[in-house]
Amino acid sequence: MFENITIGQYYQTRSPLHSLDPRVKLTGTLLYIISLFIVNCAAGYLLAALFLVCMIRLSHVPFRYIVRGMRAILFLLAITMLFNMFLTPGQVLWQAGPLHLTREGLTFAVKMAFRLTFLILGSSLMTLTTTPTQLTDAMESLMRPLKVLHVPVHEIAMMMSIALRFIPILMEEADKIMKAQMARCAEFDSKHLMKKIKSMVPLLVPLFVSAFRRANDLAMAMEARCYRGGEGRTRMNPLIYRTRDWIAYGVVFGFMAAAIALRVFSASLPFPLNL
Amino acid sequence: MIKIRKLIHDYLKHDEDGAVSEEIRALAGLDLDVKPGEFIVILGHNGCGKSTLAKHINALLFPSEGEVWVDGMNTVDGEKLWDIRQEAGMIFQNPDNQIIAQVVEEDVAFGPENIGVPGEKIRKRVEESLKSVGMLEYRRKSPGRLSGGQKQRVCIAGVIAMRPKCIIMDEPTAMLDPSGRVEVLKTARQLNREEGITVILITHYMEEAIEADRVIVMDKGKIALQGTPREVFSRVEEMKDLHLDVPQVSLLAWELRRRGLKIPADILTREELADALEKVIS
Repeated sequence: MFENITIGQYYQTRSPLHSLDPRVKLTGTLLYIISLFIVNCAAGYLLAALFLVCMIRLSHVPFRYIVRGMRAILFLLAITMLFNMFLTPGQVLWQAGPLHLTREGLTFAVKMAFRLTFLILGSSLMTLTTTPTQLTDAMESLMRPLKVLHVPVHEIAMMMSIALRFIPILMEEADKIMKAQMARCAEFDSKHLMKKIKSMVPLLVPLFVSAFRRANDLAMAMEARCYRGGEGRTRMNPLIYRTRDWIAYGVVFGFMAAAIALRVFSASLPFPLNL
Repeated sequence: MIKIRKLIHDYLKHDEDGAVSEEIRALAGLDLDVKPGEFIVILGHNGCGKSTLAKHINALLFPSEGEVWVDGMNTVDGEKLWDIRQEAGMIFQNPDNQIIAQVVEEDVAFGPENIGVPGEKIRKRVEESLKSVGMLEYRRKSPGRLSGGQKQRVCIAGVIAMRPKCIIMDEPTAMLDPSGRVEVLKTARQLNREEGITVILITHYMEEAIEADRVIVMDKGKIALQGTPREVFSRVEEMKDLHLDVPQVSLLAWELRRRGLKIPADILTREELADALEKVIS
C-alpha cells in the first residue's frame, strides 16, 4: 500500500543547477515566486516563462519529469480558473443562467493559471535539483539570524531531517502492522468511509507506541555519539558560497528587478505586451 | 582501560504522585577490570543487568552506588562526560534506530561533527572508518536500502570515526540474520586485532563467545562466572543453573564424558571433539 510513496523527488544528475549552493536555490525560488505575483502584464509573464525555461535547460532534468509534478494540481488549477472566470464582476461576454463570463474574469483566470503553473514548476525544479539534506542545511543556515529571537533553529533543522529519515521506516512498519492485522481478518479495504477511518485506529495505536520507542532509542544513540545540540558542532561539508553562487544571486535579483520594472512601466508598453 | 568498583544501579519506579513506589536493583555490587585491547564477551539471560552495565560504561547511566572509571575518568565527572562518550563508543541492538542521516557517509560523520572535528578531517575519518568496516563503496547510498548487517557495520563505522579506545556492543546481532551476524562479528574481531580497540560484546549467542579473550557470565546484577571461553564452557552444570546454554559441541562433549568416554572437559570446536573421539576409538 505504501511502497510507491516517495519523499522528495530528487533527480540525480550533474548540472550547473545541481551544483549550486542550496541556499541560493532556496532564496532564488522564493524570490521567483514573489516576482510571479509582482508581474501583471503579458511581457512580465513572458519574462517569467523565459527565465523558467532557461533554468530547466540548465538543470538537465528531462522536461517530462518536471511536468509530472503538474498532474496532481491540474484539478485545482481547473477549479481556480472556473471560479475566476465566472465570479469576477465586469464586462459580460457570455451568459448562461446565473453564470456570467466576464472579460476581466477571463484575463484574471488566465493570469492566475500562468502564475500557479510557474509556481509549481519553479518549486519542483528546486526539489528536483536539491536533496532533502541540503534543503534542511540551507534552512538552518538561512534562519540563523532568528537565533537572536531564541528560535531553536538548529533543533528545527535536526527534527526535519530526522523526520525525513524516519518516514519510510514508519511506513514500512505501518505496512507490517496492517498485514499482521489483515492476517487476523481486520478489514482495511472497505469502501465505507466511516468503516475505513475506524479500521485505522488499531493501526495507529501500535504505530505510535513503536514511534515513541524508536524515538527513545534514537535519542540514546545520539547522546552516546556525543550529540549535545548545535553548540560547537562542525559540519563535514559546510556550506560555502563560491563565485557561481554569487553570479546566481545576481541573476535572480536581476530577474526580480526586471519584473518590478515591467510592472511599473506596463502602461507604457505597446499593445499585446501590456495586457 | 575500564575499572568498575562495587557498582550498584537501582531503577526507580514512580507512582502517579511521583513518589518512588518500587526499586529494582539491576546491578548489585559488580566489580570489573578491562585491560586495553581485550575482547570481552558478556553473557547472561534477560534481565541480568548486562545492558545496564553497558550504559554505565558509556556514561548514559550513572551509578546509584560505586564507581565506574573509563581510562582514568570517573563517569560522574560532568566535565569529562563527552570525553568518556567519545572514548567508549556504543552500538545498540536495532541499527535502524541508531542511524540519523539519510546518506551513509553523513551518518558516519555525525559523531565527529558533534565533537567538533574540522570538516576536512571529518572527511578523512569517514573514509577510513567506512573502509575498515568494508562499506566504503556504499558511502553515498541511503541506509534504508542496506541489509541489517550492512546497517550495523555503518553504525560501527560511525563509532570508529570518533576514534574510541573501546567499543561496547549491546546485542548488536540480535536483530540480524545469520549472514549479518557473521559480518558484524568479523568486523568486531578485526577492529580488535588490527586496530587494538577494546571490544565488549554483549550477546545471547554462545557461538559468538568462543573467540573472546574472556567470557563474563552475569546473573542477578553480578558476575556469576568468568574466565576464558574454554574455562567457562566446560562448566556445563553451572551454566545450566544460570539458564544458559553452552555451545552445541561443548554440550555434546560433556554428555559423552558423562557417559564415561574419556574426553577432555574443555572442548570448544568440532575439530577438537573429532580429535578426542578419534583418540578414544583407537
